[in-house]
Amino acid sequence: MALVTSDNRGLRLAARYATLILVALIFLFPLVFMVVSSLKPDQQLLADTSSIRAFLPVGDISLDNYYKAFDRAPIGLFMMNSVGITIVTVVLSILLCSLAAFSFVFLDWSGRGVLLSVIVATLIIPFETIAVPLLLFVSKLPWIGWEGLEFGWLNTYRVQVIPWIVDALTIFLFVQFFKDLPRELIEAARVEGASWFTVYRRIVMPLSGPVLATAAILKSLKMYNEQYLWPLIVVQDEAHRPVMVGLGYFFQLQIAWGEVMAYLTLISVPVIAFYLVMQRAFISSIASTGVKG
Amino acid sequence: MQRTKLTLGALVASTALAGMASAQTELTLWYHGAGNEVESNILGGIIEDFNGAQEDWQVTVESFPQESYNDSVVASALAGNLPCILDVDGPVMPNWAWAGYLQPLPISQEAIDGHLDATIGRWDGEIYSVGLWDAAVALYARQSTLDELGLRTPSLEEPWTKEEFMGALEAAKASGNYDFALDLGTAWTGEWYPYAFSPFLQSFGGDIVDRDGYQTAEGALNGEAAMEFGAWWQSLFAEGYAPGTSQDPADRDSGFIEGKYAFSWNGNWAAANTLASVENADDVVFLPAPDFGNGSTIGAASWQFGVSSACEHPEGAAAFVEHALQDEYLAAFSDGIGLIPATKEAAQMTESYAEGGPLAVFFDLSAEQALVRPVSPGYVVAAKVFEKALSDIANGADVADTLDAAVDEIDDDIEANQGYGH
Repeated sequence: MALVTSDNRGLRLAARYATLILVALIFLFPLVFMVVSSLKPDQQLLADTSSIRAFLPVGDISLDNYYKAFDRAPIGLFMMNSVGITIVTVVLSILLCSLAAFSFVFLDWSGRGVLLSVIVATLIIPFETIAVPLLLFVSKLPWIGWEGLEFGWLNTYRVQVIPWIVDALTIFLFVQFFKDLPRELIEAARVEGASWFTVYRRIVMPLSGPVLATAAILKSLKMYNEQYLWPLIVVQDEAHRPVMVGLGYFFQLQIAWGEVMAYLTLISVPVIAFYLVMQRAFISSIASTGVKG
Repeated sequence: MQRTKLTLGALVASTALAGMASAQTELTLWYHGAGNEVESNILGGIIEDFNGAQEDWQVTVESFPQESYNDSVVASALAGNLPCILDVDGPVMPNWAWAGYLQPLPISQEAIDGHLDATIGRWDGEIYSVGLWDAAVALYARQSTLDELGLRTPSLEEPWTKEEFMGALEAAKASGNYDFALDLGTAWTGEWYPYAFSPFLQSFGGDIVDRDGYQTAEGALNGEAAMEFGAWWQSLFAEGYAPGTSQDPADRDSGFIEGKYAFSWNGNWAAANTLASVENADDVVFLPAPDFGNGSTIGAASWQFGVSSACEHPEGAAAFVEHALQDEYLAAFSDGIGLIPATKEAAQMTESYAEGGPLAVFFDLSAEQALVRPVSPGYVVAAKVFEKALSDIANGADVADTLDAAVDEIDDDIEANQGYGH
């Protein structure tokens, strides 16, 4: 009887691992295809798509597509722009959204419930519906820079950062997480004479690692991977373009698919690296907040 | 002493040069060719020559990816941020002129004498844009295929009739040598549909809109001729002559080269690569569009230069455009990116389009058969409606219902825009 149980357990384990490996492969295949294709000339790349060779680094393999991609577009500039815009936005977003959530959860002021509902309701408004009014708005906004007062934010980094700092999803994530923190800790600190900001800085934020990771990852992916329409309409000079707009450089009349894959491989590196660093905190956050990207 | 003289001389020279540079008024040019190194280099050379050849204007260029260029321009127009000189796609020009993004281009008649007609963008009786090149579409085939199937080789003077064309497709299909007889390029979407396929409709006797006043599509897109066209279009897919809208883009790029298709409806921009990739380039022939009863036509008008309404120096913009229209530059663009030069003289200076050149037939096609797409601000909407209608019909939608619905949509748009200023 004991032997049968052991066999069943072994079979179940094997089946589980087989399933997990299959799922992992499903997610890995597009990445493998991208990297492998970036090493092949176009003719071979297209010919291989109908067979398993599409996932194998076989045939005429070289780094030529990478050299050509660097010739075609200022990839380093685009990546620096995107990484810089993403980092600044994420840091400011975490700071301001967590402060807002802290206020909604811990401070007692009238109308906070209604205001939070209104903020969360903005999640249903697609960006495309507000893109043009927002464009008209930022094109006339004042700014005090090194050269004094100027009007219009077009063709700047700030126009790609500031409108994206505060968003309903990030506030909602922090609100949900803060609600589950033990109230006793906060009350004890208040009794000891701690200010609300001290409570935020010394107690709440140190306990918020998982939600910080989730918010950072979701916001980073949005800023790095999905910023296309907005920079397209507010940035006309090459110096401020992000990676997603740069992808358009590769779609000519005759599309150089190998170079497209090389470009995609290069711009994926920061995203994958960031995810690998944050994945443990991200997974624990999914368990605690029930939200994933 | 010698060193003092040299220093003084350098100072005077640099002051004079700085004075000349500062005397030049800057004109910004927006261009759709970001990512195309050859195109950018040629344009950069033209700008450098222009800036050095006169003392009044200094042109600087900002390049955009082609796929997002129009969106960038429209957004900038809304934000009041347009440059002086704009690059504009020929069929889009009337919309931008009507919307107030462009002003008439004050160019001299001599500068455009002898240019292919479709390279001149006219709206409301005035010239708004001028192009350095045009593009043309032809039916790619192999002479050996024609001979093997016992088909007459059509010519500009005597293109295939509808019966001959369908006979050719049937013969290719019956031979069993090809995956499909005809590659229409349905894998490509967007402007390809109206550009490449509306000439078939026009050859049947219909059109996207009624060009007499441009106030309706009624009768043009759903009349008897259009219905006949729709039924024919559907039959190409229903009877297995051509791959449908789910065609693999890879097959579009290399299917004819690899022999999967007997015929391919494709543009001159793909011709050089085709000739370089096939086993026997001498065997490839570029045939004119079939005549479905009302003449053989192809689409026309490519990218052109215009002046934005925000430009305070249209005379400077016109001076640059006139400079760029020199035959040597037209030829350089043609040799560089394979497009059809705007003049016969420039064509003679090119490797491909000179008389006897491998692509010379495309210049003749452009000169003889080109018909610009409807010259109306409403074209940008009508083109998308037309594309969707053709895609639906290819996928089996009822021809009459689909074309009637397309007419309603186009007419509603014209009405909503008060007739688009015609």
